[in-house]
Amino acid sequence: MPKTLRFVFGRTEAALGAAIVITAIVLSLSSPYFLTVANLVDLVEAYSVTTILAAGVFVVLVSGGIDISFTATASAAQYLAAYLIVSRGVPAVSALALAALLGIALGSINALLTYHLRVVSIIVTIATSSIYYALLIYFTDAQEIYNLPDWWSNGVSFFRTETAAGDIVRITLPIVVMIAVLALTHQLMNRSRIGRQVYAFGGNPEAASRVGINILKVQLFAYGYLGLLAAIAGFIQAGRVHQAVPTAMNGQELNVLAVAILGGASLVGGIGSTGGVILGVLFLAMLQNGLNLLGVSSYFFGVVTGLAILASITMTGLAEKYARRRRVTRTG
Amino acid sequence: MAEPTPEVHVPLRGLMGELDKFLATLRQGGFGIGGLLLILIALVAVFSLFEPTTFPRATTLQAMMFQLPELGLLSLAMAIPLISGGINLAIIATANAAGLLMAYILTALMPPETQGGALVLWMMGAFAAGLLLCLAIGAVTGLMVAVLGVHPILVTLGTMTLLHGCSIYFTRGRTLSGFPDALIQISNDTVLGVPISFFVFVVVAALVHLLLTRTALGVRIHMIGSNLEATRFSGVDTRRVLVSVYVLSSLLCFLAAIVMMARFNSAGADIAGSYLLITILAAILGGIDPYGGFGRISGLFVALWILQTIASGFNLMNLSPHLALASWGFILLLVMGVKRFRISWNARPRTERPKA
Amino acid sequence: MAAAQFLALTGIGKRFGGTKALDAIDWSVESGEVHCLVGENGSGKSTLIKMLAGVHAPDPGGVITIDGAAYDRLTPHQAKTLGIQVIFQDLSLFPNLTVLENIAIDLELGAALKPPPLAAMRAAALAALARLDAHLPLDARVGDLPVAQRQIVAICRGLATNARLLFMDEPTASLTRHEVDLLLESVRRLKAQGVAIVFVSHRLEEVVEIAERVTVLRDGRLVGTYPAAEIDDHRLAELMTGSRIEHKVQARRLDATQPTLEVRNAGRSGEFVDVSFALHPGEILGLIGLLGAGRTELALALFGMTPLESGEIRVNGAPLKLRANRDAVAAGIAYVSEDRLSLGLNLRQSIADNVSVTVLDDLTDRFGLISPGDRSRMATGWVERLGIRISHVDAPVHTLSGGNQQRVVLAKWLATDPKVLILDSPTVGVDIRNKQGIYDVVRELAARGVAILLISDEVPEVYFNADRILHMRDGRIAGSFVPGETSEHALAEALYA
Repeated sequence: MPKTLRFVFGRTEAALGAAIVITAIVLSLSSPYFLTVANLVDLVEAYSVTTILAAGVFVVLVSGGIDISFTATASAAQYLAAYLIVSRGVPAVSALALAALLGIALGSINALLTYHLRVVSIIVTIATSSIYYALLIYFTDAQEIYNLPDWWSNGVSFFRTETAAGDIVRITLPIVVMIAVLALTHQLMNRSRIGRQVYAFGGNPEAASRVGINILKVQLFAYGYLGLLAAIAGFIQAGRVHQAVPTAMNGQELNVLAVAILGGASLVGGIGSTGGVILGVLFLAMLQNGLNLLGVSSYFFGVVTGLAILASITMTGLAEKYARRRRVTRTG
Repeated sequence: MAEPTPEVHVPLRGLMGELDKFLATLRQGGFGIGGLLLILIALVAVFSLFEPTTFPRATTLQAMMFQLPELGLLSLAMAIPLISGGINLAIIATANAAGLLMAYILTALMPPETQGGALVLWMMGAFAAGLLLCLAIGAVTGLMVAVLGVHPILVTLGTMTLLHGCSIYFTRGRTLSGFPDALIQISNDTVLGVPISFFVFVVVAALVHLLLTRTALGVRIHMIGSNLEATRFSGVDTRRVLVSVYVLSSLLCFLAAIVMMARFNSAGADIAGSYLLITILAAILGGIDPYGGFGRISGLFVALWILQTIASGFNLMNLSPHLALASWGFILLLVMGVKRFRISWNARPRTERPKA
Repeated sequence: MAAAQFLALTGIGKRFGGTKALDAIDWSVESGEVHCLVGENGSGKSTLIKMLAGVHAPDPGGVITIDGAAYDRLTPHQAKTLGIQVIFQDLSLFPNLTVLENIAIDLELGAALKPPPLAAMRAAALAALARLDAHLPLDARVGDLPVAQRQIVAICRGLATNARLLFMDEPTASLTRHEVDLLLESVRRLKAQGVAIVFVSHRLEEVVEIAERVTVLRDGRLVGTYPAAEIDDHRLAELMTGSRIEHKVQARRLDATQPTLEVRNAGRSGEFVDVSFALHPGEILGLIGLLGAGRTELALALFGMTPLESGEIRVNGAPLKLRANRDAVAAGIAYVSEDRLSLGLNLRQSIADNVSVTVLDDLTDRFGLISPGDRSRMATGWVERLGIRISHVDAPVHTLSGGNQQRVVLAKWLATDPKVLILDSPTVGVDIRNKQGIYDVVRELAARGVAILLISDEVPEVYFNADRILHMRDGRIAGSFVPGETSEHALAEALYA
């Protein structure tokens, strides 16, 4: 396993790790509250939904595609679960299972369309995103569902403690689910054959079909998995805001995509790691948290994220330019 | 003695030659403006059937002409980078940022009750500021793509996030409004029943069409879109072309910002946020190849009308606008499906030799 | 004792629609044999290989016998199990995965959710590498490896599935002489282990040198199988095309006039050093060398793609400062790249677009507009002058044959009215029959006063077309020859020494 990490752990992850360490040091010096357990746990919980989504997007990116319909899928699954539980009294487990199935189904549609239509996945998912959202809002009349059961909205507490400073620290469902998702994603991508096939397909689609990899299966897995994770993320998100709102996650797609790419997943496919996803989220989370603690208006966060993305791609671009120049080109 | 290679035909002249050329483009899977016009006519027919009293009227057409310009200008802003093989995800953010800058000048800096010549000067000044901002954004984007070699998706994702963030920070989420009448008239006033903004859009679309098809820069943009390296090897300054692409795109965002300000009488960070996907939809529907290198503004123009017709038709039928959005998505997938089907139909084994 | 026959084809035919791609092929390959398959585009080579890889089925009546067992067709899975592996020119590797995963990819596929059998994979990969006596770190990323090592990985992948017959498509195309020798060592090892190797190659001199037997295909028929010792590249070319090819030395003395191009002590670190030569109007100067000699690097520097670090370039006496290839074009230097398909042409764009891209500024009127009619006329003009066979100028270039595509590339550069035309391996991938047509065009250009630098690694190409030949090796000019005064054989010896 360390070898797997090593070959995928490129320059991006290392630079990001360094940036995180530096930021952490600066922030802990500027604000005494930063390095407290309470703060860090809060931070992790606040970003649990984004992390779950980014893990799914990462898988699709490694397969060489892009998907921007996942917030629509998340909203649809979230709403379905809420509707079944609140209005129909369906037992939670069944409702969740159905929501998960919906997520997988919506993701699989993306895979089927990309495969059969032979169109760039960003175009397909733009279309499906419009369709999913539109149909969702049409059928739900954009009504929120807000009387979610206690266990959902107040968060199951897996662990509760009080720190020396008197803060209450709770390890809640979002955190546990996020960790489980990350572990599962890592396991699937690095230690299962289908995950290696996704990497292979992303690295060289032509060679993949030649060695007998079933392209459709790989794409169904990648997009279906993102759909599943979107459903899970949607469910968690509803719990955190105590209601299911069809439009709540609209507009988050590019943010999550930015996180995944910041974490080293390449647009061309075949490159990326779960570790990178974690680092990407961690970096942005720390930036926002730091700004909050320093009393900077939260409105400023977009500026910081944008600068972070631009700085990151500039550095990667310069590094690659330099590497290209130094590499001896093999010609005659 | 060499056998003739399979693709040799005796060149056909005159009408047969033109027909042959047309069929050749269809054979490549191109939808062609003919197909799109057919769809448009079919839609108009269908909606007229369902709503015979309300749909086929001049007022419907006029309503569409009010709504089309900002989407149209933004779609043009998206089309040029697409043809060059890239994309500009920041068009809405650019338009909003420019709009906010111009709005700020006209509402916060300009003394209220300014009239006549002074008003004109202030408006010119605001426009100049907006224009400069857009040019700067385009130049930075273009340089990052051309010189650093970063993928346009990433660059414009970054600029979009940054610009949106700046706009949010600047406005604290509020909107600016209360623009001079002279500005609002651009969208509201009509000449012969046609809104001024629509005229602006048509003229700009024609100019962009001219640029793309009849200038050296336009040809180069197409060539770069289908093969950047080969074009570079042909002596073309690909860096300059790429920078021009994003500067032009941002320029069109500037024009869109003015139209948006005029129509909504407000400027904000989140205006027209949902348009981004729709501009891509319109471009692809209009026949612009998402991989770059091909696309006609005429196709884009018809595609925009198709989208607008659906929206208006659904509106008049009292159907939810969300259904319109869903049907846009369906039509895109349908068009992609037909293209794909046509390509595999044409590629089926025939009597020629396969490549051996 | 005769070696065992591993593969035998009897009466193999394949019809696609109305054309016969393969016609009554009887062929055999022995275990441990090194066999070369040659044939032009359209000769049926790739159909034959695909058939043996299980992609196509032979027409009824044909029999494929492998190790004594007869089949009327093969499936891809069967082909692999029986030991037939095809290594395509691009090697079909995954650059983002490790050597281990690339070699043992077959073991890694299968039940989707099970973990990959790492121990078994390692064992298989190490065993395959051992068979070639190669030592590659299993954890290295294949994308970071040089071409020669990637080829080893590709071969090992075949060995890991117990290949008995390896097809290699143009394996030496990107290898230096030294790397070719290493490849041949691997081939010898495999031969000793009873693995048969079939090369597909267009480099006829190499074919004769490497193979034990050579089979020629032409128009879907098997012309014959010949022991390599009894045949030479000229004869092979004749068998492949079915006609005698006249070879005549064309060298003329043309160095009396003032040179069009002068290169003095040109150098770029790591690429070439101290290169000096003069090229006169109407002269064809051949520049021959193997991969790694620095020929293309030199050409790129002359064309302004890379800056010279030392020395100077003069055109018609005036020294040039080239910051970009635009400067070179403006000075009258044109470069036809070796990689026609990705660097020379915009395949999806029309013929008219491709031909006019170099001279767009010349086609604009005073309003800055270009009339499509002008472009079509200009392109049609060049099409006619160069004898390019097309249906119409708006057809995309990828619909043309290799030879015609190359003429489009020439057209686009001739449109710039160049004083110096640098041709880098201009007939790669062009059928032998069509090569002559391109040579005719080149000679016609020379006759009109264009100075031509003909870069190639094929001895006959430079020997029968150039007025003088420079031999480049390891970044330096290693020798100078005049066709006619030196023999073709002597040139080949110097080249491969």
